[in-house]
Amino acid sequence: MNAAETPFDFVTVSYLTRIGNQSAGTLSEFLTGLEHCSDASIFHHTFQTLGSHHFLTEGFSNDFAQWVLADANRDDLAEQLAALDIRDYVSIAALRSDLCRVVGDYCAAFPDLAKQATLERFYFCESVEVTVPLDRRSRTLGEFRDGIEHLSHAGFYYHFISSRLRLQLQTNDFSHWLADGLGLATLADSVNHIDIYTNTLDSSRAKLLRLIDRERRKA
Amino acid sequence: MSETLALNRIPLEDYAALLGAAEMEELRALAKPLRGRSIEMINSTAIGGGVAEILNRLVPLAEELDLQIKWNVMTGGEDFFDVTKSFHNALHGAPYHASQRDFDIFLAYNERNRKTLPLDAEFVVIHDPQPAALIDARKSGSNHWVWRCHIDLSHPNRPVWEFLEKFVSRYNGAMFSSPEFSRQLPIPQYLFYPAIDPLSEKNQELDRDFITEVLARFHIDPHRAILTQISRFDRLKDPVGVIRAYRIVKRYFDCQLVLAGGSASDDPEGAVVLKEVLREADNDPDIKILELPAWAPLEVNALQRASTVVIQKSLREGFGLTVSEALWKKKPVVASAVGGIPIQIIHKHTGLLAHSVEGTAYQIRFLLSHPEIAVKLGEHGHQHVKENFLITQKLKRYLTLFLTLAWGS
Repeated sequence: MNAAETPFDFVTVSYLTRIGNQSAGTLSEFLTGLEHCSDASIFHHTFQTLGSHHFLTEGFSNDFAQWVLADANRDDLAEQLAALDIRDYVSIAALRSDLCRVVGDYCAAFPDLAKQATLERFYFCESVEVTVPLDRRSRTLGEFRDGIEHLSHAGFYYHFISSRLRLQLQTNDFSHWLADGLGLATLADSVNHIDIYTNTLDSSRAKLLRLIDRERRKA
Repeated sequence: MSETLALNRIPLEDYAALLGAAEMEELRALAKPLRGRSIEMINSTAIGGGVAEILNRLVPLAEELDLQIKWNVMTGGEDFFDVTKSFHNALHGAPYHASQRDFDIFLAYNERNRKTLPLDAEFVVIHDPQPAALIDARKSGSNHWVWRCHIDLSHPNRPVWEFLEKFVSRYNGAMFSSPEFSRQLPIPQYLFYPAIDPLSEKNQELDRDFITEVLARFHIDPHRAILTQISRFDRLKDPVGVIRAYRIVKRYFDCQLVLAGGSASDDPEGAVVLKEVLREADNDPDIKILELPAWAPLEVNALQRASTVVIQKSLREGFGLTVSEALWKKKPVVASAVGGIPIQIIHKHTGLLAHSVEGTAYQIRFLLSHPEIAVKLGEHGHQHVKENFLITQKLKRYLTLFLTLAWGS
C-alpha cells in the first residue's frame, strides 16, 4: 500500500464564543452589523454554526438565515441567505460581501420592512478558536481511515469544513492530503463532493469511509 | 475561615457511554497542555443554588483530567448576605436604593476573605457578584482572573452596577449565559451556557416501572396525552397562561395538564400564585397541580419522561435549564422566546417557540397532530443538548478558556 511522505496529523478544535458589541433589532440594523462586524463574527455565524448544529439537515444553514426566518419573519430573505453555500467561499471578505448584497438589496426593495422591529434581537458573536493535536497521524489509506473513524465531531468539522478557509482552496484537509499525499485525486474529488448541508457530520463521515473502503478494495 | 471543599470522585469514564470515546479523547487532548496548572473556583455557597450544584460536578471532573483545581467558598455574616441578596435582586432590575453602608459591608467582607483565601492559582474564576471585589488581591499581571456572571444584567439597577463594574472591568474576561444578559465592558465577554448533568437523578435514565408508579401516585393517566410544565409557582412562569393554553388545546384533543413545582409553603408569594392557579384550574380533574418537595429530582425526571409535550411558558426567564432537561429526554418542547430559551429552542428545529397563550396552544396542537414531527424535534433537541448544554461541554468550554488565556490568543 502507498505511504505518503508527509503524514496526515489529526487535530481537534474547540471554540469559545465571544460576545460582540453589536446587535440588531431591525433588518436595517442587521445590515449595518453585517457590514461592520469582525471576520471572526461572520465565521462564527456561518462556518462554525454548521459544526455546532451538525445534526440539523433540513433547512438550517446559518445563524443569519435562521434569525431572519424566526425573528424577522421574512421567509423570502431567509431563503436567499440560507442558499449561500460556504463551500463557494475561500475568504470571509467574499462571503461578507454576498451577505451584505443580499440583505442590502432586500432593504432597498422593502424599505418599510427594513425598519420593522423583529421579535428578538440578533447578537453578533465571534469564534475564538483553539486547536490541539491528537496523538494520531497517518501515512497510509488504512491509517487515515482509522483516524477519521475515531475522530470527534469537532475534529471532523475542523478538517472537513473549516479547513476551506485555512487552505484558501475550494477543498478540505482530507481531500487535500488524499490528492497531494497519496496521489488519489479521484477519491479526493469524490470526498470533496459530499454535501455538508444535506448530511450530518456523522453521515458525511460514513460516506467518506465508504468511499475509502471502495478505494481500498480496488487496490 | 474560608472553606476549601473536598469532593467525591466522579469517574470521567462514566460519561463515555453517553458521549463516545472520541469526545473523551478530545477532552483529554484539550486538558493535556493544562496538566498540573492550578485553577481556583470561588463562590459564596457550598450548598444550594445552581452554581454550587454545577461546581460539585465540574470540579471532580476537572480533577479527572489531572488539573490542579480547588473550589473555595468565601465566608460572610448575615449582614453581608443580606446586602448581596439585595444586590442580586437589584441587578435583575428590582427597585433598590443602595446606601454607602451596603457598599462598605460588601467591601469589608471581600477584604476579610482576601486575607484567608489563597488566590494564587494561575487561573482564578470568581462566580457572581459576591466575591467580585477579591480582584483587589491580584498582583499585576501575575495570574489570570475571570468573572462568571450567572445572572441577567440586561436591566441592572444603575448605582449597584456602577459600583460592581469598577471591579469587573479589571478582570481578564467575563462570562455570561446569554448575549442578552451581558453589558458593554472593556474586557472580552464570552458565552458560557449553564449545563445539566446527564447522570444526575434529575436526568438519568429511569426504569419504566418507576415512571408508571410516579404517574399512578399522582393519578395521571399514562394512556392519554400529558402536557407538563415544571416550574415553581411564580407569575413569571405564567402557570395561569399555561392553563388557558391547555383549555384551547382541550377543545380539540383529549389531554391532561401537569403543573409541577416546589412547595409553596415557605414562599408567601408562591402561595398566592398557587391560589390563583387553583382558581383558574376550577377543579378540572385533568389538571394536576403538584406541589413537590423542595428536592424531588426523580419525580421531576419521571414526569418529564412521561410527558407528550413539555411546556415552558415563562414571561421572563434566566436561562431556563428545565428546557434542556426536557430536550435531553427527547421531548418536544413548546416554550416562550424569552431569556435563554431561544438558545436552547431553535425554532422548528429543536422545538417550537411561542409568544402568547394562543400561540402556545397552537404549537401544542400542531405537535399532537404531527407526532412524527414531535419525535424529530425531540431527537434534534437531544443532540443540541449533547453538543452544548451538558456538564462535559461546560468543562470543555473552561479548558478552551484557560488555553486561550494561557496562550494569549
